[in-house]
Amino acid sequence: MSNAQIERQWTSRLRRSVVEKLPPDKLLPDTQPAYVASWIYVFGVTTMAALGMVIATGCILALDGPQWWHSSSLGHFVNSMHLWSVEIFFFAMIVHLWGKFSMAAWRGGRSLTWVTGAVTFLASILAGFTGYVSQTNFDSQWIATQAKDGINSTGGGAFFNVLNLGQMLMWHIVLLPIAAIVLTGLHVIMVRIKGVVPPFEENVEVSA
Amino acid sequence: MTKKSFRPDVDAPEYKGAYVPYDIIKEGAIAVLVVVILTAALALVFSSPDERAVTIKTWSNADAVDFAQTAGNELAGTSAVANYGAPYNSNGTSQHWGFLSPEKWVGVHININTTNDFVINPLSAQPDQPALTAALNEWKSASSATQAKWDDAFNKAEPNLTYVNGQVHLPTTGAGPIPVLLNFETAMARSGALDQALVTQNGFYTTNFTKPLLFISDGTYFAGLAAKQHLTGSQWGMMNETGQYPGQAWLWLYTFWYQVHPYSTSASGDFLVWGTMMILTALLILLPFIPGLRSIPRRIKIYRIIWREHYANQA
Repeated sequence: MSNAQIERQWTSRLRRSVVEKLPPDKLLPDTQPAYVASWIYVFGVTTMAALGMVIATGCILALDGPQWWHSSSLGHFVNSMHLWSVEIFFFAMIVHLWGKFSMAAWRGGRSLTWVTGAVTFLASILAGFTGYVSQTNFDSQWIATQAKDGINSTGGGAFFNVLNLGQMLMWHIVLLPIAAIVLTGLHVIMVRIKGVVPPFEENVEVSA
Repeated sequence: MTKKSFRPDVDAPEYKGAYVPYDIIKEGAIAVLVVVILTAALALVFSSPDERAVTIKTWSNADAVDFAQTAGNELAGTSAVANYGAPYNSNGTSQHWGFLSPEKWVGVHININTTNDFVINPLSAQPDQPALTAALNEWKSASSATQAKWDDAFNKAEPNLTYVNGQVHLPTTGAGPIPVLLNFETAMARSGALDQALVTQNGFYTTNFTKPLLFISDGTYFAGLAAKQHLTGSQWGMMNETGQYPGQAWLWLYTFWYQVHPYSTSASGDFLVWGTMMILTALLILLPFIPGLRSIPRRIKIYRIIWREHYANQA
C-alpha cells in the first residue's frame, strides 16, 4: 500500500483532523491568557467535579437497587451525598452559566460551545427531575403526580409517563447520564479547541 | 473587496497579551477534592429527606371516609382522573392555546377507566364472597341509565358518608349496589390488597405505578399531607421537597409562572407555563444568534468586574 493510499484512509484523515484541531498543548495546556484571573472561572471545573461525584454516588446506590437506601444507614448516607452533590452541581453550573453570559462567551466562533452548555443544562434538569421521581418515597409520589399535568398538557405525557417508576428510573440511570456525559465532553472539547473567550475590546467602533 | 466589520457581540478580539502558568490537572484535582469534602460534610450535617410513601392501605386506614368517597367518585366517573382527558381517557377538555392542543392531538395512550380499573376489576378478582358477587353482578348487568341513577344518588349522599365499626354508611337507599361495593373496596384497601391489585393488573412483574398514584392523587388525604409539608402548587409546588431542603431550586422560574395570573387561573395553565418555558428555553439556547439579546452582556458591563485586572492593566 502506498503512502498516498494510507493518507486517504478514514483513520488517517480522522487522526490528522483531531491533531490539527486539538493538539496536545490545547488539550492539556500549561499556560493560559492572563485575563483568566477571576473566581468565576472555577465554577466550570467545579461543575465537572460535582458531575463526577453525582455519577460516583449514583453508581454506589445502583449496586443494591433503588430501595436499598430506605433500609440502610450507609445507603441513606450515600443517598445524602448523591443529593448534595446534585445541589452543588446545579449551583456551580448556574453560576458558570451566568458568568459565561456576562462575558458573552459565545463570541469569536464559540456559539456551539454556548449551545452545548445550554443543552447540557437542560439535560441535567431532566436528569435531576427523573431522580426526584425515582426516590420511591413521598417526595417522588408528590412530585410525579404534580408534574404529570404539565407534561401531559404538551402531549409528551403519553410517551414520557412520570408515574411509571421503571421508565423514569431507566431515563435517570441510563439515558440522561449518557446525554449529560456526552454533552459535557463535547462542551469541554469545544472550550479546549477555541480557548477561553477574550475580554471585550473597549473603545472600538461598534457596527450593527 | 471590503473588510468585514467587527461585531462586538459576535466577534472576539485577538488576544496579544501575556500568558501565565496554568496547571489544568492540578486545578481539576483540587476541584474534585473540594467537592468530595463539601458533599460529605453536607451529607453528614443535613442528611436527606425520606418521608415514607403513601399507600392505599395507609390512606384508607388513616382516613376511611376520604378513601370511600374517592372510591365512590372513581366508580361513578366523577373524579378528577375520570374526567382528565388525554392521555388517560377522552372524557375531559384538553388544555389548549388557540388552536394549539397537542394533548388532544396525541390522544389517549395510557387508558384509564376509573370505574373498572380502580373498583370493579380489583373487586372482581377477590375470592368468592356472595354479597360482593351479587353486588358486582347487579352493577355489571345494569343499564347505563340505571348506573347513572345510582351514581347520582351516591353523589348527593357522598358528603354525609361515614365509616363506623368497620362499615361504610351511605345515607341513601337509591344508590343500588354502590354502598356494598364501597364497603368491600374499603375493606380491601385497608388490608393492603388493593395496593397489590392495582399494580399487578398487567402481570406479575411491574414497575408501573400509574394507577395507584392516580387513585391516591384523587383523594384529599394525599394533598393534605403535601400541604402540611408546603408542597402544593400555590406553595411553589414540585420544586420543593419534604423538610427544610433546597429541593429542585433550579425550577424556580417554571414554578414561578404557576403563582401569577393568567397562568394561575387559566384552565390551560399547565400548557401556558410549558409554552412560555419552551420559548424562554429556545431563547437561552439560541442567545448567541439573537440580535439585541446578545448585546445585553456588553451593555450591562458585569464583565468589567470579571476582567477588572485586565482592564486595570490596560489603563
